[in-house]
Amino acid sequence: MFNSRSYRHPAFQTICALFCIMLFAGSSHAAEVVVYSARIEQLIKPLFDDFTSKTGITVKFTTDKEGALLARLLAEGKRTPADMLITTDAGNLWEAARKGLLQPVDSPILTANIPEHLKDPDSRWFGLTVRARTIVYNTQKVKPADLTSYAALADPQWHGRLCLRTSNKVYNQSLVAMMIAEHGEAETERIVKGWVANLATDPLPDDTRAMEFVAAGRCDVTLVNTYYFGRLMNEKPDLPLAIFWPDQDSTGVHVNISGAGITRYSKNKSDALKLLEYLSSVPAQQLFAELNMEFPANPQAQVGEFIRSWGTFKANPMNVAQAGALQAKAIKLIDRAGYR
Amino acid sequence: MVPVCVVVASIFSTEDEIWQHLIATSLPRLLTNTLWLALGVMIGTSLLGVSLAWFTAVYTFPGSRFFSWALFLPLAIPAYVTAFVALGIFDFAGPLQTSLRKLFDADLFWLPDIRSGPGVAIVMTLAFYPYVFLLARNAFLTQGKRLLEVAQSLGLNHRQGFFKVALPMARPWIAAGVMLALMETLADFGTVAIFNYDTFTTAIYKTWFSLFSLTAASQLASLLILIVFMIIMIEQYFRSRMRFAENKRSVRIERIQLVGWQAIAVTVFASTVLFFAFILPVMQLTVWAADSFSDSLNQRYLEFVWHSLSLATIAAIITTLIAILLIYAVRLHTGFWVRLAVRLATIGYALPGAVLAVGVFIPLAWLDNLLSDSLLAIFNIETGLLIQGTLAVMLIAYMTRFLAVSHFPLESAQTRITKSIDEAAIGFGVSGWKMLRTIHFPMLKGSLFTALVLVFVDVMKEMPITLMTRPFDWDTLAVRIFSLTSEGEWQLAALPALTLILAGLAPIILLMRQTEK
Repeated sequence: MFNSRSYRHPAFQTICALFCIMLFAGSSHAAEVVVYSARIEQLIKPLFDDFTSKTGITVKFTTDKEGALLARLLAEGKRTPADMLITTDAGNLWEAARKGLLQPVDSPILTANIPEHLKDPDSRWFGLTVRARTIVYNTQKVKPADLTSYAALADPQWHGRLCLRTSNKVYNQSLVAMMIAEHGEAETERIVKGWVANLATDPLPDDTRAMEFVAAGRCDVTLVNTYYFGRLMNEKPDLPLAIFWPDQDSTGVHVNISGAGITRYSKNKSDALKLLEYLSSVPAQQLFAELNMEFPANPQAQVGEFIRSWGTFKANPMNVAQAGALQAKAIKLIDRAGYR
Repeated sequence: MVPVCVVVASIFSTEDEIWQHLIATSLPRLLTNTLWLALGVMIGTSLLGVSLAWFTAVYTFPGSRFFSWALFLPLAIPAYVTAFVALGIFDFAGPLQTSLRKLFDADLFWLPDIRSGPGVAIVMTLAFYPYVFLLARNAFLTQGKRLLEVAQSLGLNHRQGFFKVALPMARPWIAAGVMLALMETLADFGTVAIFNYDTFTTAIYKTWFSLFSLTAASQLASLLILIVFMIIMIEQYFRSRMRFAENKRSVRIERIQLVGWQAIAVTVFASTVLFFAFILPVMQLTVWAADSFSDSLNQRYLEFVWHSLSLATIAAIITTLIAILLIYAVRLHTGFWVRLAVRLATIGYALPGAVLAVGVFIPLAWLDNLLSDSLLAIFNIETGLLIQGTLAVMLIAYMTRFLAVSHFPLESAQTRITKSIDEAAIGFGVSGWKMLRTIHFPMLKGSLFTALVLVFVDVMKEMPITLMTRPFDWDTLAVRIFSLTSEGEWQLAALPALTLILAGLAPIILLMRQTEK
């Protein structure tokens, strides 16, 4: 097949040389944790830098959308370079665990730092920040006394006064999923249909726009994640907007998480675990939450003064994994109710 | 071609439950939405693109030299940026309606809502008409002046000359441009998401990201491919009855001078399009960039720019070379299977970016694992993944996505190189490489540049493939935009978006100068 001359062919030699380079390039693995993150760079890099300065372990990371990262982990299989997956929304973590992409972790530190309802019952992922989805209203048009619960926004008194973000984003999907867990499917469908009937205008592309519509007087109330409210009010403090915490006499405010887990085929599990434990520690949790005005998952960590000014609230203690398990059901219900 | 096959292969698995749900609830609405949008954009881009191309190619009017290149600039702006700017200015909470409400002291709920079908269609038309403009203009310029003179000698006036002669002869170019615009429209997710206008692509993403079924998402995507495939085939069928020949090129086209109200009307028309498609978005971005300078210009920006530019350049060259190979493959082997293969290879452009990214990634990762497995078996070394995370993967992925962009202009140009030209050349003893160099290349040159620049600009703007396949620490401007906008903070992304537009301008201006010669 090969005669002696073909070995001396320049192209053949080049290919061999390149191949050797690739071989050696891929084989260095000294104290390095590789992270796939659906949380964007600005919100995670400061933490990684802090971790590296404290431990000497470097963190290499890439960012992408959740769906793409899961597909990537799945395709790479047992040779994935990733040691850790960080994503927003419990549904994505639940799906990653279901696909067998994450491994269970037994760590007393994590157990102590992260409350039971913010982690996977099988310890494959842990919530790191808490995102509360609550009601924001126009202070010139609505008295807080008129507001009670998510479900009450379906009442006829809110006809033509409600703005909602599109149902294509996961936030309202997981809210509906949690409502299914509490009220059952039939009752939840009635509520979502009521919301749709009360809409003042077509659903909006994001939470910020929804609040701007409330402030501009197109509608009176909307549902948003608190950190969007924080950002908007930081930028334009004069807007006539305020937060209301719903369901305080019953189940509490709907919360979701952003969180992380160690990949099933991690090559550097011990360092990855160190990173995960660090991320759950009080100083990291404070930094984590400050970066995006979210709430820390670790109850010992404090929030800043600005966030404290929104008042305290009772959060729904249901395990966030429920949102993942019921997500498909929620989406189908939303489609049936005609909420776009 | 492989990525397209990976996606289409999904039809062999079953996801009945999701399909039943989709058919029962949203599919009919999604299909009509998509259909109206596609029609709107096709009509819009044809009208704008062809008319502007004709005016700037044949007439002189105040500013005509400027417009002949400036009208192509909107292509440097990603459609989702135009969309966000349009929404930010024109919707209920935007400055325009807010000041109108103050002025009249009324609710003004009856004002037309930009978040509607026509609104999306207009924004997309403004973003995608340059494809048609560029290609059609190329056709008009190379048709030569004699064509119009002949038409006039046959007693046709200018308008008749346009409709009866120039327009039909430019058809392959116009069709190619409209086809690119259509495929972009079908693949688009960013723009429709901002407008919350649900299309087929929205359903694909929802099925994948929310219902967690990549299989059902791929099946939906396959349906999309099928529709595009049929459209292309129908167009080809009608076109195959026509023959196109190169008219002797006049050295320099002498333009016809427009005067009076005609000149003013054309100038106003061209300025209006340019204003809404380019100047307004850039102005708004500049204001935002000045407002929120939190993402300060630092050394990393140079790195982003360098990554974007080098990737776009290499990808443009590779993709165009492959497109040339494909065209000659079809030219030499006119068999059915070769044609089909080329069609499949270029149809990936109609797939939503993220779906194609996965389609590229899965076979490459599989190959990578196979390679490592065999190395492990033969040499007993565990090498880890070798191919993945290299720039080669990224370039292959870009190539599969943007092959259509370089293929369409070249394909339409080569329809003019008739068999008889080849035969005549061979008769004169010119054949093989010499024929390609001395006869084909000069005839393809214009389209070659067009193809290069189109791919370049598109790669600069591309997001999902870049995100998925980039090596560690290889962030580009588009990645920067993603990381600033993924939480809805559009204002913060103004700086990288502006940089992206500016970086894309240089090759566009270069191209337009080149075609002017």
